[in-house]
Amino acid sequence: MWRFAGGHAHLVRVVVDLTRCQGYGQCVFLAPEVFRMREEVLLYDLEPAADQREHLLRAAAACPVQAIHLDSVAPTEPGESTYTGKIVIVGGSLAGARAAETLRREGFAGPLTVVSEEEGEPYDRPPLSKQVLTGQVPPEHTRLPRVRELDAEWLAGTPASGLDVAAKRVLLADGREVGFDRVLLATGTRARPWQNEAEAALKGVHTLRSAHDAGALREALAAGPERVLILGAGFTGSEIASVCRELGLPVTLVERGPAPLFGALGGVLGDVAAQMQRDHGVDLRCDTTVTALEGDADGRLRGARLSDGTTIEADVAVVALGSVRNVEWLRGSGLAAGVWGVTCDAGCRAIDVNGLVLDDVFVAGDIARFPHPVYQYQFMTLEHWGNAVAQGEIAAHNMISDQAHRWPHLAVPVFWSSQFGVNVKSVGVPTFADEIAIVQGSTAERRFVAAYGYQGRITAAVTFDQGMWLEHYQRLIEQAAPFPPGDAKAEPARVPERLSAGAAATVVVTGHDPAERRVSLIHTPGGVTS
Amino acid sequence: MTCPFQRILDPSHRANPYPLFDELRATPVARQDDGTYVVSTYREIVALLHDPRVSSTRRSLRDPAFIGLDPPEHDRLRHLAMRHFGPPHNPGKIDALRPDMLAITTGLVDALAGRQRADLVDEVAYPLPVAMICRLLGVPREDESTFHAWADRLIELIGPGDDDDAERERERQEVADKLDRYLEGLVEERRREPADDMLSGLIADGGMSQGQIVRTGVLLLIAGHETTINLIANGMLTFLRNPDVLARVHDDPELIIPAVEELLRFEPPVQFISSRVALADIAVGGVTIPAGAPIVLALAAGSRDPGHVADPDTFSLDRPRNEHLGFGGGVHYCFGAPLARLEAQIALTELVRRLRNPRLVTDPPPYRPSALLRGPRHLLVEYDEILPAR
Ligand SMILES: Cc1cc2nc3c(=O)[nH]c(=O)nc-3n(C[C@H](O)[C@H](O)[C@H](O)COP(=O)(O)OP(=O)(O)OC[C@H]3O[C@@H](n4cnc5c(N)ncnc54)[C@H](O)[C@@H]3O)c2cc1C
Ligand code: HEM
Ligand code: SF4
Repeated sequence: MWRFAGGHAHLVRVVVDLTRCQGYGQCVFLAPEVFRMREEVLLYDLEPAADQREHLLRAAAACPVQAIHLDSVAPTEPGESTYTGKIVIVGGSLAGARAAETLRREGFAGPLTVVSEEEGEPYDRPPLSKQVLTGQVPPEHTRLPRVRELDAEWLAGTPASGLDVAAKRVLLADGREVGFDRVLLATGTRARPWQNEAEAALKGVHTLRSAHDAGALREALAAGPERVLILGAGFTGSEIASVCRELGLPVTLVERGPAPLFGALGGVLGDVAAQMQRDHGVDLRCDTTVTALEGDADGRLRGARLSDGTTIEADVAVVALGSVRNVEWLRGSGLAAGVWGVTCDAGCRAIDVNGLVLDDVFVAGDIARFPHPVYQYQFMTLEHWGNAVAQGEIAAHNMISDQAHRWPHLAVPVFWSSQFGVNVKSVGVPTFADEIAIVQGSTAERRFVAAYGYQGRITAAVTFDQGMWLEHYQRLIEQAAPFPPGDAKAEPARVPERLSAGAAATVVVTGHDPAERRVSLIHTPGGVTS
Repeated sequence: MTCPFQRILDPSHRANPYPLFDELRATPVARQDDGTYVVSTYREIVALLHDPRVSSTRRSLRDPAFIGLDPPEHDRLRHLAMRHFGPPHNPGKIDALRPDMLAITTGLVDALAGRQRADLVDEVAYPLPVAMICRLLGVPREDESTFHAWADRLIELIGPGDDDDAERERERQEVADKLDRYLEGLVEERRREPADDMLSGLIADGGMSQGQIVRTGVLLLIAGHETTINLIANGMLTFLRNPDVLARVHDDPELIIPAVEELLRFEPPVQFISSRVALADIAVGGVTIPAGAPIVLALAAGSRDPGHVADPDTFSLDRPRNEHLGFGGGVHYCFGAPLARLEAQIALTELVRRLRNPRLVTDPPPYRPSALLRGPRHLLVEYDEILPAR
């Protein structure tokens, strides 16, 4: 057990909220040894050398959207929370750590315990598939800033194995029990392993979720393999392919769907991504799956067999087939938890198997399955950095507030990825769409804004290297503005059916800060009014 | 009573336009008699800065520089100029100029020794940015007296004014032509004999026409020194009006970093952006701005919007997240912001450190005529002595 404490005041840690960042580059100008930019892709060292302190202060102050967080800046005055119960957070990564910080920032002075399976301090995962894999930043240089010195008990290295809601206890795998008045569940996800255990155990077969995974994969890539095989062309698989090409490594990317990023962005932008990958020399195989991984006598990966009957020789494989939610430990807890996540309301309160809202159990981050008013109140899970941060903050606020002062989580989802030198950003839910239109720029130059619409209203937008425009489209989504905007030409969206379109319920979101964000239902042909 | 924006333009309100900006915010999107819409609240300004239906195109100008163009041509030209100024191609260039900035500043402050009174505008706030932009661009320092008068006159003629529009436009064109011809001469020289400067770089890249290189050069020359001068002058003025701030910055030089951000919010050198046009009907702040209407974005009002920032009329070094509009926003966000920030940080640090017991001689000081690029014409201070450089 250890506590966060000061003692490293000379070191500055930094994290950039890349969901806010608009690519102004001011940080690169003012701290060129810490931040690097390639077109609009921003990459940086989270734990720069101590002599960079002044440069970092200048960079953080200059960021026009204040997206740079340092841990050395003077803390703000804590709030005036009067809640005195005992709070336990299970899962001490992004959502859990943000929640712990928020509790203290809002003035919660009671006992706080964080149960964390991973050893060490919380770190940031997005760099793991980007600047860590290229070797720009070592995997251990990804720890998150301590926005304030947290007075919290950290039980690190031991997973929770059960939750007793009635007795208000978290059970740990080593047999200990931790009592709580209110608990936050933030155990996130893990990489989906390769289905065949023996094949998954071959040397050279990797997954990527933790800093440890990233260290191992970096080592494998740095050794100069003959060919890297990547299974799955989602964001993670595509980013790894991009790094491989940057390192000059031959790479084969195998994707079950018709195009890379198809699951998140649909077929129109999937085709743009496919062309981008091929232009960068990726051997991309769509509508194809890996049927078997093959090893040699020493248990080393040799290659793979594909569904089209061909074989690939490769000495490194990365299984990037999505994630599995860490919910097994909640079996028998009576919560509505399953492979789909842990169900909660828009205020992050967990819902039990009977559909009742629990007042003392909260959920945040990659495991939370919550209803989103903007998307017809459908339940969704979002594996996005920005969502983990926002939900961690809202859950923490609601844990120590009475009913009248609770906030709904209404943030329109924002996601970013960087690959092949392009900064891809998305706002809204692109798969919630029947049409798409290129509204600015050109797909041929890979600098454009694409808007997505559903039944004549704008529901999402995706930018390639045009991040400064995103907030305009976020505003349009919140206003349920008509689609297509302006005189852009719409075409079928070709998105996978994820969120199903049900009876129309159109809402408008107003307000800026979490405290004032509210929804109003607007009149629709179906006849619902606010 | 005339509309607050008209009174803001009136020179008699130059010393303190902020009560008028407060009045202006009572109508976040205000239609003027001439059909222009003035926008004065933070969120509405930010929304329009990021709205692709708002154009910067100056139809009246031939071959405008990128400040007067929309994407994609704006992005292409800005990108070409950025190759010789900052990231992604030249990320460390401006940071590496800090020793030069300090050396120039030290020389300027040394020259204030041996007397007890100086004009900080003419003696520090003006010469530092001019020296830096000349060096970067490749404009000979000796020509300063030639282009200084043109540049000063040009900024007086940019943006709304109260005299006859046709006459202003004619004179603006005439002064702009003089600057163009001056820059053309320099570009010709660089074509014959390239040097290590931005003009030579722009020529070598080949992506800009001759006219575009000239227009870009004029833009950088003017923007590079008619703005930072106000930031430095406003800075000393604000410090001297707030002795507690002066004392804190003196004792903890790192505080110059938040101080300069707060100056950009509190006394912005560029008070409004007056060159936008609606390309379509735009609903904002409960008003629909019709297609074709000119738009003014009142940055100085937005940065003091109480709906955005607590206690907006207080100069504070302790704002946790100071998001202001000092450099605009969106794709036209100030090109030279890092240069301006470093110049102001260095100049103000040295002035605070080296002037012993500085005092304002006149408060308010006399102002330059422009309402758009607002700042003192002179800033007379008295002091006991000039302390040695570190
Ligand atoms: C390689 C990679 C790249 C990414 N890139 C991007 C990106 O570019 N943009 C973006 O928006 N998002 C990105 N993400 C997603 C983002 O990192 C996640 O959304 C975020 O980490 C979610 O935070 P979380 O706290 O909910 O979950 P996690 O970060 O998964 O943390 C959960 C924590 O709980 C612990 N835990 C699990 N079970 C237990 C238990 N039983 N008891 C105690 N502790 C437990 C885990 O060990 C872990 O430490 C990326 C993720 C990865 C892995
Ligand atoms: C304190 C000093 C400065 C302030 C307050 C300032 C402010 C601004 C503002 C508000 C804009 C936006 C204009 C618009 O949107 O139409 C702008 C643009 C610009 N500034 Fe500055 N500026 C300063 C210093 C500089 C310097 C030193 C340079 C040159 C090196 C410079 C070059 C430019 C250029 C070229 C643009 C146009 C950018 C574009 O259209 O893309 N500025 N500036
Ligand atoms: S928005 Fe902020 S973090 Fe992003 S590039 Fe610009 S200065 Fe850096």
